[in-house]
Amino acid sequence: MIRLVITLWATLIALPAMAEIEIKQVTSPGGINAWLVEDHTIPFTALELRFRGGGSLDAPGKRGATNLMVGLLEEGAADMDARAFAKRSEELAASFGYGSSDDAVSVSAKFLTENRDQAIAHLRASLIEPRFDADAVERVRAQVLSGLRQDVTDPQSIASRAFDKLVFGTHPYGASQDGTIDSVTALTRDDIVAAHHGALARDRLYVGAVGDITAEQLGKLLDTLLLDLPETGAPMPPAADPVFPGGTHVTDFDTPQSVVVFGQPGVDMTDPDFFPAYVLNQILGGGSFESRLMQEVREKRGLTYGIYTYLADRDLADFWAGSVASGNESVAEAIKVIRAEWQRARDGVTEAELNDAKTYMTGAYPLRFDGNGPIANILVSMQMMGLTPDYVSNRNAMIEAVTMADITRVAQRLLDPAQLTFVVVGKPQGLGPT
Amino acid sequence: MTRFLALAAALLFAPLNAFADDSVTDFKLDNGMEVVVIEDHRAPVAVHMAWYRSGSADETPGVSGVAHFLEHLLFKGTDTLEPGEFSATVARNGGNDNAFTSYDYTAYYQRVAADRLELMMKMESDRMVNLRLDEGDIETERNVILEERNQRVDNNPSALFREQKGAVQYLNHRYGVPIIGWRHEMESLSLDDALSYYGTYYSPNNAILIVAGDVTPDEVKTLAEKYYGVIPANPDLPERIRAIEPPQTAERRMIFRDPRVAQPWVNRSYLAPARDSGAQEKAAALVLLSEILGGGQTSLLNERLQFDKQMVVYAGAGYGAGALDDTTFDLYVVPKPGVSLQEAEDAMDAVIAEFLENGVDEEQLARIKMQLKASQIYARDDVESIANRYGRALTQGLTVADVQAWPDVLQAVTVDDIMAAARDLFNRDRSVTGWLMADAAQPVEVSQ
Repeated sequence: MIRLVITLWATLIALPAMAEIEIKQVTSPGGINAWLVEDHTIPFTALELRFRGGGSLDAPGKRGATNLMVGLLEEGAADMDARAFAKRSEELAASFGYGSSDDAVSVSAKFLTENRDQAIAHLRASLIEPRFDADAVERVRAQVLSGLRQDVTDPQSIASRAFDKLVFGTHPYGASQDGTIDSVTALTRDDIVAAHHGALARDRLYVGAVGDITAEQLGKLLDTLLLDLPETGAPMPPAADPVFPGGTHVTDFDTPQSVVVFGQPGVDMTDPDFFPAYVLNQILGGGSFESRLMQEVREKRGLTYGIYTYLADRDLADFWAGSVASGNESVAEAIKVIRAEWQRARDGVTEAELNDAKTYMTGAYPLRFDGNGPIANILVSMQMMGLTPDYVSNRNAMIEAVTMADITRVAQRLLDPAQLTFVVVGKPQGLGPT
Repeated sequence: MTRFLALAAALLFAPLNAFADDSVTDFKLDNGMEVVVIEDHRAPVAVHMAWYRSGSADETPGVSGVAHFLEHLLFKGTDTLEPGEFSATVARNGGNDNAFTSYDYTAYYQRVAADRLELMMKMESDRMVNLRLDEGDIETERNVILEERNQRVDNNPSALFREQKGAVQYLNHRYGVPIIGWRHEMESLSLDDALSYYGTYYSPNNAILIVAGDVTPDEVKTLAEKYYGVIPANPDLPERIRAIEPPQTAERRMIFRDPRVAQPWVNRSYLAPARDSGAQEKAAALVLLSEILGGGQTSLLNERLQFDKQMVVYAGAGYGAGALDDTTFDLYVVPKPGVSLQEAEDAMDAVIAEFLENGVDEEQLARIKMQLKASQIYARDDVESIANRYGRALTQGLTVADVQAWPDVLQAVTVDDIMAAARDLFNRDRSVTGWLMADAAQPVEVSQ
């Protein structure tokens, strides 16, 4: 029987200041799509799986079910209880990481070439045949609850939660995907099994692989690993409708340094203004030392150790957010400076700022592609964002194309001091609760 | 303590050794500066690092935090660079830069496209000796490090606990003083304090240059001679002699209470030797001991306390193999609600007693050694972590040969070695036990 085993497109991508990487688009015999970069230098493979949906798929009243389920995948599978599973992982010297976020369940695997088939059989057991044994459920539940109790008295967690609740309300984004002490306490094994069927399905799967493996080997591997997952999972939740009321919202908490989260509406990656906004964010607060906020709040005034802003391009909402921490006695001044900079950025930026941001962003981009693990992550993130492989070679040109006029237009359109909303946790002086 | 937070976490985990030896080249410049080149030609990226054999434990009493403060100040100007121009230049070349300070070292690094290496060397060699500071730099940056202390320590009861516990652990050695400094001493750090530390320790004969990535030893040597090789050695560099710990002869115990503690836990530490040049065997045995007792889900503490007795949320062990002077071997137990810290501690001690009685499970030891071998392969994926490994080792009294021998030393550890190390180690008279708890005697119930 002659059959096309693998369908394969390859895109050669020339990165500036970077060796070519060749992204192959692989379809396995069973129909699973993946992106692959072959590199046989080191005898291992990094495999990154993402299942879109993640914690946002939790059924009503079952907050934290997906997170707890993911925590249990490596706690017993097939004929192995938790301890037997862990021993087998150690024998294989494979590294499996399982994680859950608002938008995805992620599985990050590294395995040696010398025992690849055994490692994949083991990983498969955890994804397809997790046991969710009663004792394992109670043990992992206790670990999750311990974390939730600590979050209650951690100013950073209090601030994130207060911000999410204020902005996203009853949407899944409005509450932590870890759940609450009450919701996690009430979860049953049936809830966990339902979360497993809902979250780990092939209709929401993205795969990136990098390392010592050929397209044909990867195709077979993916069929073994994933073909027995259900074809469809739980319906995706609706998009969020974030509300930014403006103002400063204080949560009183006795700690010496106030933690601040702030944000306003953002912009989707498909919006033609996304790249100008991305560059503008770099100039305003993009995390490097050269950003205006780092210069004004830290370098000139010594009000903080760090401040950054970012464009959050999430699956169900876009927003523009940032974070800073400053002593209770100085946080009011820090917020004043941030507000002033937000207003000032509406007037645009200087030619030098734009050029510096572009050279930084275009130069730093290829430096991200520096290892099998990091590249596998990039491959799978690009797929989730709906990008094609040639994005890697076009991306810098889109940065370069941003003009001063673009920046000014986008700053006027998007930066909105009236909606810029601050959540503060601590004992801030000179900031009344609103 | 890093200049800013982005990459700090990666440094907490000291991966085990890794690289095929032929990818590492080392040599010395005429002025005594050591150079290590680690080749990885998969991507045209280079990591350029300058490591100094001086950290917070080399500070003079009374100016705690000055090593880290100076690290921040090195981003201010030199004779030829304006304040902030260093990082701005790195950024304009598409690179990232940062720095970090520990007890035994201070290091500065840039990640750039490999063809920008020369510019990095030019700037890094410049600030080794040509720093220019004024009072204005001092005051603002002192506020920044105080905010850093707020963020890392004062806002976090676990960090405050660790800081107090370190002070109880070391009566005489500077490992008992926090790297970031005691607040009251940080508040009065002066320009003179910073310059005095700079003048004493920043010189080529106290530094190690590490370049990793898409570079060749020949080009690194040529550039290093051009930029670093012309800086004269400091003839007055002091010998690295620190006040050492007296023998500990009495058990120490402490309780740290803070209303922000929602999850109490117990930490027991024992003074222990670190890796020593040419004699790493004992440290290797302690690494394996920590893996056996608390290295993961199948470790003995977790087997007994998490699975069998179901008393703890988590248990673990940790051993700081890399240190210039004596280090600690730590045990942790995090009890479940309803289990007191005393019960958790007693259960932990029962596991140690059981281990000393029954010895090592040979199958477990074989699994651990297999993982150590595999970690050498995985580590090759991250050349920056390999560069860090050499930087830490060479500032902590080890040599390139020690680093390269370490995987074999680990594989050669026997059951008898581990038991001998354990019997030496577990002496309560040489231990410190700390309890972290909320204000009340029992953990408070918190609801949302």
